[in-house]
Amino acid sequence: MISLFLLVLAMAFFTYIPRLVPLLWLRDVKLPPLLKRFLLFTPYAVLASLIFPGILSATNSLTSALAGGAVAAALALLRANLMLVVIGGIAGVYLVETLL
Amino acid sequence: MATPVSQMTPIPNKDAFRSGMRAGIPVAVGYIPIAIAFGLLAKSFDMPNIITLAMSLFIFAGASQFIGVQLIMAGSMYWEIVLTTFILNLRHFLMSASLSQRLETTSNRFLAAIAFGVTDETFSVASTRDESTRGHFVLGLNLIAFLAWNVGTWIGVFLAFGLPASVQTSMGIALYAMFIGLLVPSLTRKPVIVVAAIAVLTQAVLYFGVSPLIPLSSGLSIILATIVAAGIGAFLYKEDEA
Repeated sequence: MISLFLLVLAMAFFTYIPRLVPLLWLRDVKLPPLLKRFLLFTPYAVLASLIFPGILSATNSLTSALAGGAVAAALALLRANLMLVVIGGIAGVYLVETLL
Repeated sequence: MATPVSQMTPIPNKDAFRSGMRAGIPVAVGYIPIAIAFGLLAKSFDMPNIITLAMSLFIFAGASQFIGVQLIMAGSMYWEIVLTTFILNLRHFLMSASLSQRLETTSNRFLAAIAFGVTDETFSVASTRDESTRGHFVLGLNLIAFLAWNVGTWIGVFLAFGLPASVQTSMGIALYAMFIGLLVPSLTRKPVIVVAAIAVLTQAVLYFGVSPLIPLSSGLSIILATIVAAGIGAFLYKEDEA
Protein backbone atom coordinates (compact mmCIF):
# COMPACT_ATOMS: atom_id res chain seq x y z
CA MET A 1 0.00 0.00 0.00
CA ILE A 2 2.77 2.44 0.96
CA SER A 3 4.75 1.44 -2.14
CA LEU A 4 1.65 1.94 -4.33
CA PHE A 5 1.24 5.38 -2.85
CA LEU A 6 4.88 6.19 -3.55
CA LEU A 7 4.34 5.00 -7.12
CA VAL A 8 1.41 7.41 -7.47
CA LEU A 9 3.61 10.25 -6.20
CA ALA A 10 6.36 9.33 -8.69
CA MET A 11 3.81 9.26 -11.52
CA ALA A 12 2.50 12.63 -10.34
CA PHE A 13 6.01 14.09 -10.31
CA PHE A 14 6.84 12.91 -13.83
CA THR A 15 3.48 14.13 -15.11
CA TYR A 16 4.00 17.56 -13.57
CA ILE A 17 7.54 18.20 -14.85
CA PRO A 18 6.68 18.51 -18.58
CA ARG A 19 3.77 20.79 -17.65
CA LEU A 20 5.80 23.01 -15.35
CA VAL A 21 9.24 23.45 -16.93
CA PRO A 22 8.22 25.42 -20.06
CA LEU A 23 5.89 27.70 -18.10
CA LEU A 24 8.60 28.62 -15.60
CA TRP A 25 11.63 28.89 -17.85
CA LEU A 26 10.49 29.53 -21.41
CA ARG A 27 8.55 32.73 -20.71
CA ASP A 28 11.40 35.19 -20.43
CA VAL A 29 13.50 33.56 -23.13
CA LYS A 30 13.48 35.46 -26.41
CA LEU A 31 12.56 32.67 -28.81
CA PRO A 32 13.76 32.64 -32.43
CA PRO A 33 10.90 33.52 -34.84
CA LEU A 34 10.82 30.03 -36.31
CA LEU A 35 10.28 28.45 -32.88
CA LYS A 36 7.70 31.09 -32.03
CA ARG A 37 5.72 30.23 -35.17
CA PHE A 38 6.09 26.56 -34.30
CA LEU A 39 4.46 27.20 -30.92
CA LEU A 40 1.69 29.30 -32.52
CA PHE A 41 0.81 26.37 -34.78
CA THR A 42 1.05 23.84 -31.95
CA PRO A 43 -2.61 24.12 -30.77
CA TYR A 44 -4.01 23.25 -34.20
CA ALA A 45 -1.53 20.43 -34.72
CA VAL A 46 -2.36 19.05 -31.26
CA LEU A 47 -6.12 19.26 -31.82
CA ALA A 48 -5.96 17.49 -35.18
CA SER A 49 -3.69 14.73 -33.80
CA LEU A 50 -5.97 14.25 -30.81
CA ILE A 51 -9.05 13.82 -33.01
CA PHE A 52 -7.52 11.31 -35.40
CA PRO A 53 -7.14 8.35 -34.93
CA GLY A 54 -8.44 8.46 -31.33
CA ILE A 55 -12.02 9.11 -32.41
CA LEU A 56 -12.14 5.82 -34.33
CA SER A 57 -12.19 3.84 -31.07
CA ALA A 58 -14.09 6.35 -28.92
CA THR A 59 -17.32 4.31 -28.86
CA ASN A 60 -18.51 0.73 -29.33
CA SER A 61 -18.45 0.87 -33.10
CA LEU A 62 -16.69 2.75 -35.87
CA THR A 63 -20.06 3.71 -37.38
CA SER A 64 -21.38 5.39 -34.24
CA ALA A 65 -18.06 7.17 -33.64
CA LEU A 66 -18.09 8.56 -37.18
CA ALA A 67 -21.75 9.56 -36.83
CA GLY A 68 -21.03 11.40 -33.59
CA GLY A 69 -18.02 13.07 -35.16
CA ALA A 70 -20.06 14.12 -38.20
CA VAL A 71 -22.82 15.66 -36.06
CA ALA A 72 -20.21 17.54 -34.02
CA ALA A 73 -18.45 18.78 -37.17
CA ALA A 74 -21.74 19.91 -38.73
CA LEU A 75 -22.71 21.83 -35.58
CA ALA A 76 -19.23 23.33 -35.36
CA LEU A 77 -19.45 24.48 -38.99
CA LEU A 78 -22.72 26.22 -38.09
CA ARG A 79 -20.77 27.96 -35.30
CA ALA A 80 -22.92 26.36 -32.61
CA ASN A 81 -21.95 26.85 -28.96
CA LEU A 82 -19.25 24.40 -27.83
CA MET A 83 -21.57 22.77 -25.31
CA LEU A 84 -24.14 22.14 -28.06
CA VAL A 85 -21.43 20.56 -30.23
CA VAL A 86 -20.57 18.15 -27.40
CA ILE A 87 -24.21 17.28 -26.66
CA GLY A 88 -24.92 16.86 -30.39
CA GLY A 89 -21.99 14.47 -30.72
CA ILE A 90 -23.20 12.37 -27.77
CA ALA A 91 -26.77 12.33 -29.16
CA GLY A 92 -25.49 11.25 -32.58
CA VAL A 93 -23.63 8.29 -31.10
CA TYR A 94 -26.55 7.36 -28.84
CA LEU A 95 -29.03 7.37 -31.75
CA VAL A 96 -26.85 5.25 -34.03
CA GLU A 97 -26.06 2.77 -31.26
CA THR A 98 -29.69 2.30 -30.23
CA LEU A 99 -31.09 2.25 -33.78
CA LEU A 100 -28.53 -0.02 -35.43
CA MET B 1 -12.04 38.98 -31.19
CA ALA B 2 -9.29 40.54 -33.30
CA THR B 3 -8.58 43.43 -30.92
CA PRO B 4 -4.97 43.25 -29.74
CA VAL B 5 -4.97 42.31 -26.09
CA SER B 6 -2.80 45.28 -25.12
CA GLN B 7 -5.50 47.69 -26.28
CA MET B 8 -8.31 46.19 -24.25
CA THR B 9 -9.14 47.47 -20.82
CA PRO B 10 -8.20 44.64 -18.46
CA ILE B 11 -11.09 42.92 -16.74
CA PRO B 12 -10.71 42.28 -12.98
CA ASN B 13 -8.98 39.05 -11.95
CA LYS B 14 -12.16 37.73 -10.37
CA ASP B 15 -14.10 38.14 -13.61
CA ALA B 16 -11.32 36.55 -15.65
CA PHE B 17 -11.35 33.60 -13.22
CA ARG B 18 -15.14 33.21 -13.52
CA SER B 19 -14.99 33.50 -17.28
CA GLY B 20 -12.37 30.72 -17.27
CA MET B 21 -14.64 28.51 -15.15
CA ARG B 22 -17.47 29.07 -17.62
CA ALA B 23 -15.21 28.30 -20.57
CA GLY B 24 -14.27 25.06 -18.82
CA ILE B 25 -17.82 23.70 -18.52
CA PRO B 26 -17.62 21.63 -21.75
CA VAL B 27 -14.36 20.14 -20.49
CA ALA B 28 -15.95 19.32 -17.14
CA VAL B 29 -18.93 17.68 -18.84
CA GLY B 30 -16.59 15.58 -20.94
CA TYR B 31 -14.44 14.63 -17.96
CA ILE B 32 -17.11 13.33 -15.59
CA PRO B 33 -18.08 10.19 -17.55
CA ILE B 34 -14.44 9.38 -18.29
CA ALA B 35 -13.49 9.82 -14.65
CA ILE B 36 -16.44 7.60 -13.65
CA ALA B 37 -15.15 4.99 -16.08
CA PHE B 38 -11.70 5.33 -14.52
CA GLY B 39 -13.11 4.81 -11.01
CA LEU B 40 -15.08 1.77 -12.22
CA LEU B 41 -12.07 0.28 -13.98
CA ALA B 42 -9.82 0.71 -10.95
CA LYS B 43 -12.49 -0.85 -8.75
CA SER B 44 -12.93 -3.80 -11.09
CA PHE B 45 -9.16 -4.38 -10.78
CA ASP B 46 -9.45 -4.28 -6.95
CA MET B 47 -7.30 -1.19 -6.71
CA PRO B 48 -7.54 0.26 -3.17
CA ASN B 49 -9.99 3.20 -3.23
CA ILE B 50 -7.51 5.57 -1.62
CA ILE B 51 -4.97 4.90 -4.38
CA THR B 52 -7.56 5.50 -7.11
CA LEU B 53 -8.65 8.77 -5.53
CA ALA B 54 -5.03 9.83 -4.95
CA MET B 55 -4.26 9.25 -8.63
CA SER B 56 -6.95 11.70 -9.74
CA LEU B 57 -5.91 14.16 -7.03
CA PHE B 58 -2.15 14.16 -7.66
CA ILE B 59 -1.64 13.00 -11.25
CA PHE B 60 -4.67 14.51 -13.05
CA ALA B 61 -3.90 12.95 -16.43
CA GLY B 62 -6.50 10.61 -17.90
CA ALA B 63 -4.46 8.39 -20.19
CA SER B 64 -1.66 7.94 -17.62
CA GLN B 65 -4.11 6.94 -14.93
CA PHE B 66 -5.92 4.37 -17.08
CA ILE B 67 -2.67 2.86 -18.29
CA GLY B 68 -1.19 3.13 -14.80
CA VAL B 69 -3.99 1.03 -13.29
CA GLN B 70 -3.65 -1.55 -16.05
CA LEU B 71 0.12 -1.77 -15.69
CA ILE B 72 -0.03 -1.98 -11.90
CA MET B 73 -2.52 -4.83 -12.07
CA ALA B 74 -0.51 -6.56 -14.81
CA GLY B 75 2.40 -6.55 -12.33
CA SER B 76 4.67 -4.26 -14.36
CA MET B 77 7.84 -2.93 -12.82
CA TYR B 78 7.36 0.44 -11.14
CA TRP B 79 10.07 2.11 -13.22
CA GLU B 80 8.30 0.95 -16.39
CA ILE B 81 5.05 2.50 -15.18
CA VAL B 82 6.72 5.80 -14.31
CA LEU B 83 8.57 5.89 -17.63
CA THR B 84 5.35 5.18 -19.57
CA THR B 85 3.63 8.01 -17.68
CA PHE B 86 6.48 10.35 -18.52
CA ILE B 87 6.52 9.51 -22.25
CA LEU B 88 2.75 9.72 -22.44
CA ASN B 89 2.75 13.20 -20.93
CA LEU B 90 5.73 14.70 -22.73
CA ARG B 91 3.21 16.16 -25.16
CA HIS B 92 2.18 18.56 -22.39
CA PHE B 93 5.66 20.04 -22.69
CA LEU B 94 4.68 21.40 -26.12
CA MET B 95 1.38 22.70 -24.77
CA SER B 96 2.93 24.44 -21.76
CA ALA B 97 5.57 25.90 -24.06
CA SER B 98 2.83 27.27 -26.30
CA LEU B 99 0.95 28.61 -23.28
CA SER B 100 4.12 30.20 -21.91
CA GLN B 101 4.20 32.52 -24.92
CA ARG B 102 0.62 33.69 -24.40
CA LEU B 103 0.38 34.27 -20.67
CA GLU B 104 1.11 37.73 -19.35
CA THR B 105 3.46 38.14 -16.42
CA THR B 106 2.50 36.45 -13.18
CA SER B 107 4.35 35.03 -10.20
CA ASN B 108 6.10 31.67 -10.38
CA ARG B 109 3.78 30.28 -7.71
CA PHE B 110 0.78 31.17 -9.82
CA LEU B 111 2.40 29.59 -12.89
CA ALA B 112 3.12 26.45 -10.88
CA ALA B 113 -0.60 26.21 -10.05
CA ILE B 114 -1.59 26.73 -13.69
CA ALA B 115 0.94 24.15 -14.89
CA PHE B 116 -0.66 21.42 -12.79
CA GLY B 117 -3.90 21.77 -14.74
CA VAL B 118 -2.48 21.68 -18.28
CA THR B 119 -4.26 18.82 -20.08
CA ASP B 120 -5.11 18.18 -23.74
CA GLU B 121 -8.57 19.55 -23.11
CA THR B 122 -7.86 22.60 -20.95
CA PHE B 123 -5.02 23.57 -23.28
CA SER B 124 -7.28 23.23 -26.32
CA VAL B 125 -9.86 25.56 -24.81
CA ALA B 126 -7.23 28.00 -23.52
CA SER B 127 -5.40 28.29 -26.81
CA THR B 128 -8.53 29.09 -28.79
CA ARG B 129 -9.63 31.89 -26.44
CA ASP B 130 -8.26 35.41 -26.41
CA GLU B 131 -8.73 35.68 -22.64
CA SER B 132 -6.11 33.01 -22.07
CA THR B 133 -3.43 35.69 -21.80
CA ARG B 134 -4.87 36.10 -18.30
CA GLY B 135 -3.52 33.73 -15.70
CA HIS B 136 -6.76 33.88 -13.74
CA PHE B 137 -8.76 32.79 -16.80
CA VAL B 138 -6.56 29.73 -17.31
CA LEU B 139 -6.61 28.93 -13.59
CA GLY B 140 -10.43 29.00 -13.51
CA LEU B 141 -10.59 26.81 -16.60
CA ASN B 142 -8.11 24.28 -15.17
CA LEU B 143 -9.77 24.27 -11.75
CA ILE B 144 -13.26 23.36 -12.97
CA ALA B 145 -11.76 20.59 -15.10
CA PHE B 146 -9.79 19.30 -12.09
CA LEU B 147 -12.90 19.37 -9.87
CA ALA B 148 -14.96 17.49 -12.46
CA TRP B 149 -12.22 14.88 -12.86
CA ASN B 150 -12.12 14.24 -9.11
CA VAL B 151 -15.90 14.29 -8.60
CA GLY B 152 -16.22 11.79 -11.44
CA THR B 153 -13.59 9.53 -9.88
CA TRP B 154 -15.44 9.57 -6.55
CA ILE B 155 -18.71 8.71 -8.29
CA GLY B 156 -17.02 5.85 -10.16
CA VAL B 157 -15.48 4.45 -6.98
CA PHE B 158 -18.39 4.86 -4.56
CA LEU B 159 -21.54 4.91 -6.68
CA ALA B 160 -20.50 2.17 -9.05
CA PHE B 161 -24.04 1.28 -10.16
CA GLY B 162 -23.78 4.19 -12.60
CA LEU B 163 -25.46 5.07 -15.85
CA PRO B 164 -26.97 2.64 -18.37
CA ALA B 165 -24.22 1.15 -20.54
CA SER B 166 -25.60 2.71 -23.75
CA VAL B 167 -25.40 6.21 -22.28
CA GLN B 168 -21.90 5.53 -20.94
CA THR B 169 -20.46 4.48 -24.29
CA SER B 170 -22.16 7.40 -26.03
CA MET B 171 -20.30 9.71 -23.66
CA GLY B 172 -17.02 8.35 -25.02
CA ILE B 173 -17.39 10.73 -27.95
CA ALA B 174 -17.72 13.82 -25.70
CA LEU B 175 -14.10 14.97 -25.65
CA TYR B 176 -13.62 14.27 -29.36
CA ALA B 177 -16.74 16.29 -30.14
CA MET B 178 -15.19 19.08 -28.08
CA PHE B 179 -11.90 18.89 -29.98
CA ILE B 180 -13.87 19.09 -33.24
CA GLY B 181 -15.86 22.03 -31.89
CA LEU B 182 -12.60 23.82 -31.08
CA LEU B 183 -10.73 23.02 -34.29
CA VAL B 184 -13.40 23.46 -36.98
CA PRO B 185 -14.09 27.19 -36.41
CA SER B 186 -10.32 27.87 -36.77
CA LEU B 187 -10.20 26.22 -40.19
CA THR B 188 -10.86 29.48 -42.00
CA ARG B 189 -7.20 30.37 -42.59
CA LYS B 190 -5.11 28.39 -45.04
CA PRO B 191 -2.06 27.89 -42.79
CA VAL B 192 -4.25 26.41 -40.06
CA ILE B 193 -5.98 24.09 -42.54
CA VAL B 194 -2.61 22.95 -43.90
CA VAL B 195 -1.17 22.33 -40.41
CA ALA B 196 -4.26 20.37 -39.30
CA ALA B 197 -4.22 18.32 -42.51
CA ILE B 198 -0.53 17.47 -42.11
CA ALA B 199 -1.15 16.42 -38.50
CA VAL B 200 -3.98 14.06 -39.52
CA LEU B 201 -1.91 12.69 -42.40
CA THR B 202 1.07 12.06 -40.12
CA GLN B 203 -1.18 10.35 -37.58
CA ALA B 204 -2.65 8.18 -40.36
CA VAL B 205 0.84 7.13 -41.49
CA LEU B 206 1.87 6.36 -37.90
CA TYR B 207 -1.36 4.53 -37.10
CA PHE B 208 -1.75 2.43 -40.24
CA GLY B 209 1.87 2.25 -41.42
CA VAL B 210 4.23 2.34 -38.45
CA SER B 211 2.42 1.10 -35.34
CA PRO B 212 1.69 -2.40 -36.75
CA LEU B 213 5.48 -2.80 -37.09
CA ILE B 214 6.83 -0.77 -34.17
CA PRO B 215 4.53 -0.31 -31.15
CA LEU B 216 3.91 3.42 -30.62
CA SER B 217 2.04 4.81 -27.61
CA SER B 218 -0.72 7.28 -28.49
CA GLY B 219 1.15 9.94 -26.51
CA LEU B 220 4.29 9.48 -28.59
CA SER B 221 2.44 9.56 -31.91
CA ILE B 222 0.67 12.77 -30.83
CA ILE B 223 4.06 14.31 -30.08
CA LEU B 224 5.49 13.22 -33.45
CA ALA B 225 2.47 14.41 -35.46
CA THR B 226 2.43 17.75 -33.62
CA ILE B 227 6.14 18.37 -34.22
CA VAL B 228 5.89 17.45 -37.92
CA ALA B 229 2.76 19.54 -38.57
CA ALA B 230 3.64 22.62 -36.50
CA GLY B 231 7.22 22.41 -37.80
CA ILE B 232 6.18 22.40 -41.46
CA GLY B 233 3.72 25.22 -40.72
CA ALA B 234 6.51 27.26 -39.11
CA PHE B 235 8.72 26.81 -42.18
CA LEU B 236 5.99 27.54 -44.73
CA TYR B 237 4.25 30.55 -43.25
CA LYS B 238 5.12 33.96 -41.82
CA GLU B 239 4.37 35.17 -38.30
CA ASP B 240 1.11 37.02 -39.11
CA GLU B 241 -0.38 33.94 -40.73
CA ALA B 242 0.08 31.65 -37.75
